[in-house]
Amino acid sequence: MSLQSFCEWLASTSGSIALHESVWGYPIVESLHVLTMCLFLGMIVMLDLRLLSLTMRTVPVSQVAGRLLPWARAGFAVMVITGALLFYAIPVRAFHNIFFRIKIVMLILAGLNVWVFHSGVFRRVTEWDLDPVLPKKARVAGAVSLVLWASIVVAGRMIAYNWFDCDRQPQPSTVNFLAGCDGNSTE
Amino acid sequence: MSLLPFFTWCEKSAVGEAIRNSQWLFPVIESVHLLALVLIAGAVLVVDMRLFGLGLRRQPVAELARDAQPWMIGGLTVMVTTGILLFLAEAIKCYYSPAFAVKMTSLLLALVFTFTVRRKVTLAGEGRVGPLWRRLVAVVSVLLWSGVGIGGRWIGFS
Repeated sequence: MSLQSFCEWLASTSGSIALHESVWGYPIVESLHVLTMCLFLGMIVMLDLRLLSLTMRTVPVSQVAGRLLPWARAGFAVMVITGALLFYAIPVRAFHNIFFRIKIVMLILAGLNVWVFHSGVFRRVTEWDLDPVLPKKARVAGAVSLVLWASIVVAGRMIAYNWFDCDRQPQPSTVNFLAGCDGNSTE
Repeated sequence: MSLLPFFTWCEKSAVGEAIRNSQWLFPVIESVHLLALVLIAGAVLVVDMRLFGLGLRRQPVAELARDAQPWMIGGLTVMVTTGILLFLAEAIKCYYSPAFAVKMTSLLLALVFTFTVRRKVTLAGEGRVGPLWRRLVAVVSVLLWSGVGIGGRWIGFS
């Protein structure tokens, strides 16, 4: 089954239709998504700023990470659930939405950044915990994380706009390619 | 006195007009507004969690609050600036939006609370304010800021 037909099948399920047409359900899920973003990204941003020595310089990095990351993980779990529900409500539209695709790609990159950081320089965190200038790899991880997550937030916000939707032709062929639209037909 | 003439004047302002007439400006400003929200959330939550006895528990509250302060103020500045721009673009809609009223009320309360009670409690030395009061301050702060966030999100649904 192709992703396209999977999304079409998902859109035809009663749960998807119910959420899509709900007066309260969809806005509530979206509000939860924004609210848990504050928890999740709030923690991540503070950790990233610490990695860049821009805040809490007297607090060891291991402590910032150890104390804040459990909250970030909890927030992330709710974000994934509410995010999946938001997708579930509009699977076909989201699938062909250029910003949604950009968001997914950047989420994967952000995940990679986490993996590189935790499997690399963070393993010896106790050795550089309170250094006035942190190892370059740690600083890069913090900066990359900030840029990626900021872009993810912006891309997420833009999903709501339909500038590049398949049914708004003509579009540049690059846009149609990236959004997986057939430029010749209106979907 | 009705505030409608003022809201109408805002809506008709050149800046409001320019933002409304552009396809990109509103979404871009909205995105920056959202990013500033994340920054404020981080700077506020780190301190509120600590006040509640969670998170960075080994750090003195006053020190954390001082560290987080510039980021909170920075976030607030961006937030208010972009917020005013967004408001100018749809002032009349805001006038009739209950969500906007909720948001502005929460914001006013949150700001007053943050720079009076919360500031006093966070900067007070350890042990000068009982743990119950500190927890209460943390809960009130989180609830007020959540009201701002949820109210803001719901302006878009009306």
